[in-house]
Amino acid sequence: MERTEEKPAGSTHTISLLVENKPGVLHRIAGLFSRRGYNIASLTVGPTERADYSRMTIVVRLSTKTVEQVVRQVQKLVPVVEVRELVPQDLIERELMLAKIRTPERNHAELRALAETYEATIVDVSPDALVVEASGPAGKLDALEERLRPFGIQELCRSGRIALERGFKTLAPPSIK
Amino acid sequence: MGKEKITGAMAVRRALEAEGVEVVFGMPGGTILPIYDAMFGCERPRQVLVRHEQVGGHAAEGFALATGRVGVCFGTSGPGATNLVTAIADAYMDSVPLVAITGNVATSLIGSDAFQEADITGITMPITKHNWLVTDVHDLPRILKEAFYVARTGRPGPVLVDIPKDVQNAEFEFEYPETVSIPGYHPPVREEPRLKDAAALIRSASRPVLYLGGGVRSAGAHQEVREFAELLDAPVITTLHGKGAFPETHPLCLGMFGMHGSKYANFTVQGSDLIVALGARFDDRVTGKLSTFAPEAKVIHLDVDPAEISKLVTATVPLVGDLRRLLPQLTAEVRRVFAEQGRPDLAPWKRRVAEWQAKHPMRYEQAGQKYLLPQYVVETLWRKTGGKAVVTTGVGEHQMFAAQWWKTTEPRQFITSGGLGTMGFCLPSAIGIQLGRPGELVIGIDGDGSFQMTLQDLATARDLDLPIKIFVLNNLFLGMVRQWQELFYENRFAQTPLPDRPDLVKLADAYGCLGLRARTTEELDRVIDQALAHRDGPVIVDVRVRRQEKVFPMVPAGAPLNDMIDGE
Repeated sequence: MERTEEKPAGSTHTISLLVENKPGVLHRIAGLFSRRGYNIASLTVGPTERADYSRMTIVVRLSTKTVEQVVRQVQKLVPVVEVRELVPQDLIERELMLAKIRTPERNHAELRALAETYEATIVDVSPDALVVEASGPAGKLDALEERLRPFGIQELCRSGRIALERGFKTLAPPSIK
Repeated sequence: MGKEKITGAMAVRRALEAEGVEVVFGMPGGTILPIYDAMFGCERPRQVLVRHEQVGGHAAEGFALATGRVGVCFGTSGPGATNLVTAIADAYMDSVPLVAITGNVATSLIGSDAFQEADITGITMPITKHNWLVTDVHDLPRILKEAFYVARTGRPGPVLVDIPKDVQNAEFEFEYPETVSIPGYHPPVREEPRLKDAAALIRSASRPVLYLGGGVRSAGAHQEVREFAELLDAPVITTLHGKGAFPETHPLCLGMFGMHGSKYANFTVQGSDLIVALGARFDDRVTGKLSTFAPEAKVIHLDVDPAEISKLVTATVPLVGDLRRLLPQLTAEVRRVFAEQGRPDLAPWKRRVAEWQAKHPMRYEQAGQKYLLPQYVVETLWRKTGGKAVVTTGVGEHQMFAAQWWKTTEPRQFITSGGLGTMGFCLPSAIGIQLGRPGELVIGIDGDGSFQMTLQDLATARDLDLPIKIFVLNNLFLGMVRQWQELFYENRFAQTPLPDRPDLVKLADAYGCLGLRARTTEELDRVIDQALAHRDGPVIVDVRVRRQEKVFPMVPAGAPLNDMIDGE
């Protein structure tokens, strides 16, 4: 018989939730994660195609077995309409990054070239600092972050992952379509 | 129901009437005044005034557990609401359908640290199935309808509706909805139940055991369980809340297993090759050390809550659904498989179980003892009532003695605080049970420590002339903690001896109740007869028992289930 006594360190999983757009919903979900000891790597929440629902994307680093538990526990919350783990191969994921680089003006040209390579844009320029905006899968932003580091990152802000499944599949159950 | 213009407070009354609520336990206060005013003179639901909101909560639980209907309690804002927290947490752990309604400060004051303001929806989020803060009176009918629906359906549990005072006073056109539509509250069961796989496992098992939990009671499935158990003809073990799911006097029943279960029940689960778990959640108090739990067993796990499946012990075959609906389907499938392939030969297994029963019986010896033994007290009560009573308990040693020696034969006959282990549960619960089942004998088996946590509500029991009988197994100790100190802390009795006060006989008298005391077997016989004959209000019996009698067998916390210590 298999058992789940300890929570083994796991891999990254993306969980997508469709929730009622009501006060306190974020608190309910975040509270569930914290009291059951599920660490959140990132959490994003925002509006959807319908005003009465929000969509959350939660990235966790857990074993596959624990993720199944998480999904079942989250499903029990009344304002959660649907929750699913998105399988990596069917996943379009994006993240937004803003990075403030403090570097002398002579480096700006090199930075611009680097930004271009990563399809990033320079959105603010002052004599000794500029702000780079980039978006894409987390891995791409990790790489860009690594390349920016030698220039001197003053401040960095990442949005956390948002994701949709490829194809016609949607998260909303038939009952609310 | 036609539309009419009424206040939010009156809407609460109308909703409770529409839900068929019979009794509401609670205490008024500043912010719930409009609701109490609307309830003034209301005969159904009847109002019960408690002396502490926690008692109202537990009484509502007792009512719910005894009747299968939703329990309802009221509290005012701030301390009134926070006093309900323990009862709500208790109901959450034990899946008790409970609707708690609290007043709150006016919406304009919320968030301003106003007098008697508490964020009770925030506080109770982790201990309710769901809760609502009503900010617009127009939402109130829908929310109340949803609250009752969520509390009683699926895996039952507590909900809380917090209603600010201005919302209670606001007038609107009231109409109580007839149906509920909550987009996120249809627990989707996507897979077809794997009945064939389950039946095949049962057919191939040679050492099966049925493990029954509180879910059988919630589902009202004891008939279905009995039919299934008798078809399998396999040993049956229960949890604390599984008591009554199957008659403990039945030859297949081994009673309770786990930390204070019988040795033979624990040996049976440990030696099994198949566990069929019905409405149970593999709590640490029954599994002992998880990695050594039933090492050779496959598991069929039937539960209404998908999140319980494979939470602690991985199910070989999960079956998610309502026991009462799903179990007869499994019974039919197993019957078909048995007819086709013959029954498995369980005779050797049942012989082994019978050997364990013969070799390790549950026992105690009153003869030759100077003091009353708690086991003897429970068994004598059982004998003298013919087991025809609804029993409730506090939490501690007395609770385990009651669980071990009170043989439960009917569902909803043994009502206790299991998951949260809330001392002080007994008296409030007895009040709720007696109101829910007025014609029946209600017996509380309490401890001296537990009793003192909620004893002020003897007043409530007396107000209502409830003929409840509370037997306090008095050992002048916080006994269960003392037992652990004896076993694991070298008899260092840190803060567990309780001074001999109050005098429970005088206390009973002060509350207008009958107070009795027994120290010997003869006195016990006499006071039980007296207590059972007394119909004019509550009876408190101070039963002085052997001070350091311990509950055995015992599986130390975190030890393997077959690692039991006993008194030898």
